[in-house]
Amino acid sequence: MSKNNIESSKNWNIIFFAWLVATVATLGSLFFSEVMEQPPCILCWYQRILMYPLVIIFLVGLFPFDKNVFKYSVPFVIIGWLTALYHNLLQHGIISEAMTPCSQGIPCSTKYMSIFGFLTIPMLSFIAFTIILTLLFLFFKRKNS
Amino acid sequence: MNKQKIVLLSVVSLLVLFAFGTFTYNSNKSSETALIAKENEERFIREYSTVIGNSDAEVTLVEFLDPSCETCKIFHPIIKDTMNKYKGRIKHVIRYAPFHKGSDYVVKLLEATKKQGKYEETLEALFKYQNQWVDHHVPNKQIVWQLMKYVGLDIEKLKNDFNDPKLDELIKQELADVKTLGVKKTPQYFVNGKPLQEFGHKQLIELIESELKKEF
Repeated sequence: MSKNNIESSKNWNIIFFAWLVATVATLGSLFFSEVMEQPPCILCWYQRILMYPLVIIFLVGLFPFDKNVFKYSVPFVIIGWLTALYHNLLQHGIISEAMTPCSQGIPCSTKYMSIFGFLTIPMLSFIAFTIILTLLFLFFKRKNS
Repeated sequence: MNKQKIVLLSVVSLLVLFAFGTFTYNSNKSSETALIAKENEERFIREYSTVIGNSDAEVTLVEFLDPSCETCKIFHPIIKDTMNKYKGRIKHVIRYAPFHKGSDYVVKLLEATKKQGKYEETLEALFKYQNQWVDHHVPNKQIVWQLMKYVGLDIEKLKNDFNDPKLDELIKQELADVKTLGVKKTPQYFVNGKPLQEFGHKQLIELIESELKKEF
């Protein structure tokens, strides 16, 4: 019983960290747009749409702890991760700009700002989605073993 | 510590961090803007810039506006009232930040009306009927020309003056100054070179009044 409790507590921690990452990403993106007044491009919006609900989904899954949270959150994370990947490839010129769905003056391929010289906003998004995806994968493996 | 508390604590600390970051960023930015404004004094008034009011006034209010911008329209009468209240003590310098698509066209047209001495009337009319000629954030050129006729301008002359290549240079210069002065949104104000710390009509009037007091 106590072993079960520890295992369950570890699972809880994984989802808690995923929630923490999603929350930091959400507040961070709001900081860029609302405080620093950097207008988000279309692709950024898609990633926001997929990131913001995770804050709520993970939180609901934490109290009381529900293992099904994996099932509900993973589609958002995968689609978000793919969008972030696409956005980064675009920004680094690996995919051509002609393919962008951007319009109205904010091209997705423009690097608006970078932190420490290499971290762009889409890069931060990609890192956040990757961490969450890894945590969920870990959670899935533990859940099934 | 129980789980609810951990989550609650995380939420609270993240929000505090966000608020602190906002505060730090904003205060850094306003001192930066003040510095940029100080170092670029000659960029506030160009030779061609429109000056409304007493040119020897103690307080210089530089406004970067876009004729298509709704907030600029709302601020226009507020500035007029303030200028009337302190007659002869404020001069209003009009600069342009044509951020809306197609706004440069309207700015050029507005500048061209100077040759007929109808600048102020045209600006008034543009603001007054803004919701009629701005269609989904883009100026409807046909309606703008109709409005020019309504103001009582000589359309043939206006068409000629509009094609003056000097107006293109003016737009280029305005956009260059917009960049150096760090104007990102319209309207943006500089009162004796000082930017607004926080946007709002009350804040603008307060800044103007504090500058007026200084000059005594």
